[in-house]
Amino acid sequence: MTMPVATTAMPLLELKSLNVSFAGRDGITRAVKDLSYTLKTSETLGIVGESGSGKTQSVMSLMGLLPHNATVSGKAMLNGTDLLALSQSELNRVRGKDIAMVFQDPMTSLNPHLTVGAQMSLVARRHLGKSKRDALAECRLMLEAVRIPEVAKRMTQYPHELSGGMRQRVMIATALLCKPKLLIADEPTTALDVTVQAQILELMCELQTDFATAILLITHDMGVVAGTCDRVLVMSKGECVEENFVEPLFATPQHPYTRALLAAVPRLNEVNTELNQPTDTAQRLEARGLEVTYSVDSKRFLAAAHQLKALRGVDLNLIAGETLGVVGESGCGKSTLARAVLNLIPSSAGDVLLMGESLQKLTAKQLRAMRSDMQIIFQDPLASLNPRMTIADILCEPLDTYHPNLSRAEKLRRASIMIEKVGLSPEQLTRYPHEFSGGQCQRIGIARALMFEPKLIVCDEPVSALDVSVQAKVVQLLIELQKELNLSLVFIAHDLAVVRQISHRVMVMYLGKVVELADRDEIYSSPRHPYTRALISAVPIPDPKLQQSLGFAAISGDLPSPLHPPAGCAFCTRCPLAEPRCANEEPPLRAVGRSMVACHLAD
Amino acid sequence: MTGVSQQGHSLFRIAMRSLLSSKATTTALALMAIVVLLTLAAPLLSPWDIDSTDWDNVATSPSIETAHYFGTDDVGRDIFVRTLYGGRISLLVGLSATMVSLVIGVFWGAIAGYAGGRTDQLMMRFVDVMYAMPFMFFVILLMVFFGRNIFLIFVAVGAVNWLDMARIVRGQTLSMKHREFVEAARAGGVSNLNIIRRHIIPNLLGVVIVYVTLTIPQVILVESFLSFLGLGVQEPMTSWGALVNDGAALMESAPWTLFFPALFLAATLFCFNFIGDGLRDALDPRDSAGES
Repeated sequence: MTMPVATTAMPLLELKSLNVSFAGRDGITRAVKDLSYTLKTSETLGIVGESGSGKTQSVMSLMGLLPHNATVSGKAMLNGTDLLALSQSELNRVRGKDIAMVFQDPMTSLNPHLTVGAQMSLVARRHLGKSKRDALAECRLMLEAVRIPEVAKRMTQYPHELSGGMRQRVMIATALLCKPKLLIADEPTTALDVTVQAQILELMCELQTDFATAILLITHDMGVVAGTCDRVLVMSKGECVEENFVEPLFATPQHPYTRALLAAVPRLNEVNTELNQPTDTAQRLEARGLEVTYSVDSKRFLAAAHQLKALRGVDLNLIAGETLGVVGESGCGKSTLARAVLNLIPSSAGDVLLMGESLQKLTAKQLRAMRSDMQIIFQDPLASLNPRMTIADILCEPLDTYHPNLSRAEKLRRASIMIEKVGLSPEQLTRYPHEFSGGQCQRIGIARALMFEPKLIVCDEPVSALDVSVQAKVVQLLIELQKELNLSLVFIAHDLAVVRQISHRVMVMYLGKVVELADRDEIYSSPRHPYTRALISAVPIPDPKLQQSLGFAAISGDLPSPLHPPAGCAFCTRCPLAEPRCANEEPPLRAVGRSMVACHLAD
Repeated sequence: MTGVSQQGHSLFRIAMRSLLSSKATTTALALMAIVVLLTLAAPLLSPWDIDSTDWDNVATSPSIETAHYFGTDDVGRDIFVRTLYGGRISLLVGLSATMVSLVIGVFWGAIAGYAGGRTDQLMMRFVDVMYAMPFMFFVILLMVFFGRNIFLIFVAVGAVNWLDMARIVRGQTLSMKHREFVEAARAGGVSNLNIIRRHIIPNLLGVVIVYVTLTIPQVILVESFLSFLGLGVQEPMTSWGALVNDGAALMESAPWTLFFPALFLAATLFCFNFIGDGLRDALDPRDSAGES
């Protein structure tokens, strides 16, 4: 292993054999083992590892934010002071001023009861000792620095009124208020869309040069690391397995774990999965002009409720053994589509046909009988399993519903066959969901869906909550099961690279409408809609040279509110190519080349 | 593959193990058991009857020789016997009225919350109307129609207490019904009744149990209030609440008439609280199944 040597003067942060362990019911768990690294001023160090690798715990210990059952040993020198030896009150002075932190979920780390201005100015007044007015002025400047439009208005808004990307900008602005020497970013973009992620990453890179801050970037995504970090430290099971400058690390990874991690990253430009070849051309699923409208209560007294059109006329079809990928930013109606197709929520117009039969016309009883043919897999694997049922009970429930006459032993036999099929062992049937990891829970979710012997499975972001290495395995499992059982899949994701691995055709959605639909190779090699192009270019590439030459930002701004979609082409507010015509005329979905595109300018 | 069900950790066994692993809960369970046994064995433990008057010892302090272990009250009745007999009534009222409110409240709240829409509106407005009815008026009405009967106290208290339970359960159900595992069950064609029974109610247990442990003491106190007004248990029968009330009047001249019933009442209420906490943790597989 080549250890990069700090050539300049004293490093800003120096960790010497940091150990973190937790005393739990099952004895002592060592979360971080003998971790040492250094960080220079205005350098970015990426800490990469899967969940449970101790990457978050290692920085939480620097901030003194570990729970009470944790014990920390070692040294963490920040500019010559040992952070681990400081008292609570001394730490309070350092936190926020010298070290600032940006957390994963910007919603839960902002106080919902304070306006943006109020909570930001608190920090400025506490650490900089400014008067209220000066503090607010400082906050305004900082919000401008993170490129938030309409700063004066944002200052008076509450966190829930901002979009996810905007909230994360506020978090970053708050963190930078005191010009900290060290900024710790714990998975800062994991909860965001790719397009927004690209914007935030670019912002962080720019701010680093402006403020000369050292950044400690914690992430599980090799793509994020490639574009932003100078050096990378790979962690596994609490230990550092490899540390190197970013380019050599990607070019010649030394440790097998790093190599495995790199190999697991799905790449847009290469596909290493072999898809099922559909033979039967009978239509499994057809949706025609599907619309879903939600009523949103108006804030004004006695005013009529707003109509939120989550789906604005979506057509799709799917044959046996085929996968349709659906991509788009959050808020584009992907999850609504999943539920409307399965008739889990009522649609306000249009029709869904499953094997030629219209679901809208069925009675509740007939619909219930049809449910065994169509199943769903959810995004959050743990939340989709009842925490008070054993895996056996969860897997047997479909049989209880559709084959109530089977004996318990027979049901258990089938459950154990199924659990082996998804790669777990029958001994695990007696356990409860919380005893499994995210990937295992998702396998159980898949097993449950398969217990119905369905024809169609709608996968609603089935891998977005999982680690990259686990993602690849789950996707592979789905592909194999499709081949074996001739399943039709609707695969919803916001990650274009994952969609490419599994889909035969890909559908891109924007504000409740389909903007492009094409075969997978077609859509990735020659995307025709500007939105599709933006999505593809926003995906971080796990290749430092390529990524740094391309930069991040693809499109600016956020998704417009679905309550008031723009007139004409919905994308025209963010489109780099928009013409006056786009704001007036709504483009129909038309055939261009081998794709279907909804854009006036595509040809 | 039948081995699965035998070697599996059944929730009950895990729960028991976890229940007994906590010192506070075990102590509370043991204390509770002693109190219950004492109230059941009351006639064997003392030569005195609940209504027999010992004219030689009126308002005397506790003594072993006279077999008035807890002393006597101002008409010469034995406090020890009366406390134990009173315990029977208090525990019975506390447990059964709570059970009534538990069963009605949980089902009512879960159904209203899960069904939503108009059903929810109707069911919860009914609850509001019941709330608006004065409790005392309700009890007096029952007494007038059916005559004085200890059974009516259960009905009256239960009929009022389930309203709170229904509201709490409905609120929890509302947040539960959009959880993904409930959606998965709906997508799996599970009937609404089974979704409520299998998926919603078990996940409400934590909140419900805590509320139950708060309700039992409350009901015991309500019963004492009713008794005080002459609507509850009647002399010579008694309850802890009634005894505490009587004792409070004699607090200065004969403090033991207050002290012993109050001690039993307080100890029981403490026990219920600890048992409730223990049960909540024990019935949650996330907390208890970790070791094994």
